[in-house]
Amino acid sequence: MDDLLSIFMKSVFVENMALAFFLGMCTFLAVSKTVKTAMGLGVAVVVIMTITIPANNLIYQYLLKKGALTWVHPAWAEIDLEFLSLISFIGVIAAMVQILEMTLDRHFPPLYNALGIFLPLITVNCAILGGSLFMQQRDYNFTQSCVYGFGAGLGWALAIAALAGIREKLKYSDVPDGLKGLGITFMTVGLMALAFMSFGGM
Amino acid sequence: MLRKLLDQLYRPFAKDGKLHWLYPLYEVTDTFLYTPGNVSSGAPHVRDGIDLKRLMSVVVVALLPCFFMAMHNTGYQANRALALNPATGNPAAGNPAAGANQEKGADQENGPSQASGDASEDSLESAAGKIQPLDSWRNGVLSALGCGHDSQRFIDNFLLGALYFLPVYLVTLIAGGLWEVLFSLVRRHEINEGFLVTSALFPLTLPPTIPLWQVALGISFGVVIGKEIFGGTGKNFMNPALTGRAFLYFAYAGSMTGSTIWTAVDGFSGATPLGALSDATADQTVTMLTGYHWWDCFLGYIQGSMGETSTLACLFGAVVLVALGIGSWRIMVSVTLGALATATVFWLASGNSTNAMMHLPPLWHLVIGGFAFGAVFMATDPVTAPMTNMAKWWYGGLIGVMTILIRVINPAYPEGIMLAILFGNVMAPLIDYFVIEANIKRRKARYATR
Repeated sequence: MDDLLSIFMKSVFVENMALAFFLGMCTFLAVSKTVKTAMGLGVAVVVIMTITIPANNLIYQYLLKKGALTWVHPAWAEIDLEFLSLISFIGVIAAMVQILEMTLDRHFPPLYNALGIFLPLITVNCAILGGSLFMQQRDYNFTQSCVYGFGAGLGWALAIAALAGIREKLKYSDVPDGLKGLGITFMTVGLMALAFMSFGGM
Repeated sequence: MLRKLLDQLYRPFAKDGKLHWLYPLYEVTDTFLYTPGNVSSGAPHVRDGIDLKRLMSVVVVALLPCFFMAMHNTGYQANRALALNPATGNPAAGNPAAGANQEKGADQENGPSQASGDASEDSLESAAGKIQPLDSWRNGVLSALGCGHDSQRFIDNFLLGALYFLPVYLVTLIAGGLWEVLFSLVRRHEINEGFLVTSALFPLTLPPTIPLWQVALGISFGVVIGKEIFGGTGKNFMNPALTGRAFLYFAYAGSMTGSTIWTAVDGFSGATPLGALSDATADQTVTMLTGYHWWDCFLGYIQGSMGETSTLACLFGAVVLVALGIGSWRIMVSVTLGALATATVFWLASGNSTNAMMHLPPLWHLVIGGFAFGAVFMATDPVTAPMTNMAKWWYGGLIGVMTILIRVINPAYPEGIMLAILFGNVMAPLIDYFVIEANIKRRKARYATR
């Protein structure tokens, strides 16, 4: 239990996808102009990460890892398909996003319309692939990867929503000409990263 | 007469005068001395007729007791450490918990062990052979004024503390002021008294032994990156003083954390209560607490950053700020409530946990560390706190909860209030957004039913 809590806190604060690893920057900076869209994207990322990381975990555990195929035939214990993990993770993510999109379109049209273009967009969000790769690197088991997926997504969503809030406020600021636009946004993100270090060293 | 002089001087600074580029400097002198004709009308101070300058000056007045305690306690800790440490140096090193107890006991026995009053020559001599307490210039000033190192004598403590605090404060004023003036000259905005508050808060959050160049670096970062690039006072989203401190905290952890930096005596190690607690094991907590007195912590006679130790001084500041309607009582109350609630939950759940922090009774959390200082002066910063009243409750609660969470579950950072407030600053616009959205929704619903 302590272990899971620590993974969760770590993935939200210390190892925040956006503010510690600076992953998913392109969408993070582009879609954070208003809180509304940022929230939409944030929710989409949380959902996708919570689904894909455990799914990829299963694939890694039972197909790709060295010796993972023993359950099919004992003679396959030596097979090591780890070199396939990157491409299979991307495939899983793309497929999951597609399935989710179709399900939402069929059963929850309001949510589908709210998320709009962001759903297909996050197929190529590196934070999501990064989450799966971190899961592989750290050798999480299934429960751990569920918690990690949710936490990492939540951390990213929190960061983009907060950034959007700040950027809406910054509209009234008097930023020097040379820094307007992306420049001040990067500065803002840097300062936010400072504030998110509160659980560092855990 | 002064008025006349200023009016005469006005000409070259006017629109097409030769010295117009220096106008902000003229303006700040003028309005600092006299109430300006125009009062502020925009955020963040829309609700009152007093202008931003008076408002910021009140904060500085509210800070005076903290200044006072900063000097007194810094000197007191240093002198006590000197009195406790005859030639051998350092009995308190090693186990901070034991050290703290020992200190306490020894203090009562030794009392005024050092020569006092005009015998400063003697104490100077004897001090030279022991651990080196002071830079030579501080000793020079002290002996010139006829003061010794007696921790029982108020004036000795006060002067010694002032000799530590004032350089830090001056460096803050000069380095930060330089940036402020530079930006206002180039960018043609007024020099703002907001800086006066920042520069008053910043040194109070630093330990007495901090190198002066780090002070300059920290305040430069706070003022330039934390405030000026967003357009100056009122337009930043993170508290500049705290931004500067956090920068130093992460960049030069050696001079901001640990147990050797809190007392202005070389080689003396005395951890802050929080630091000692986070090193202690669970069953030591109870013994630890007998080493400190709650009232000592409340009054501020403990190790810590210069201005943060005294809860009483902060309370005085809180009363001034709330009475004059400058600091938000909602934030102060909600920070305290959030912290108390979280601390109580941890305390009740502590059981046989090995985490020493969890065994700390909730009331103690309020008096040790920088909690009171942060809650009163930092969290209520009207620029970086949310604007709506409902959001202020949430914001304060968030800070309180985060503070205790960091203190208890993160062993690396014994103090949580700084990062909790910065986190609150980051979240503040978002909280505002949700509160406003909820308001709009509610009103819509109300009008729809009519």
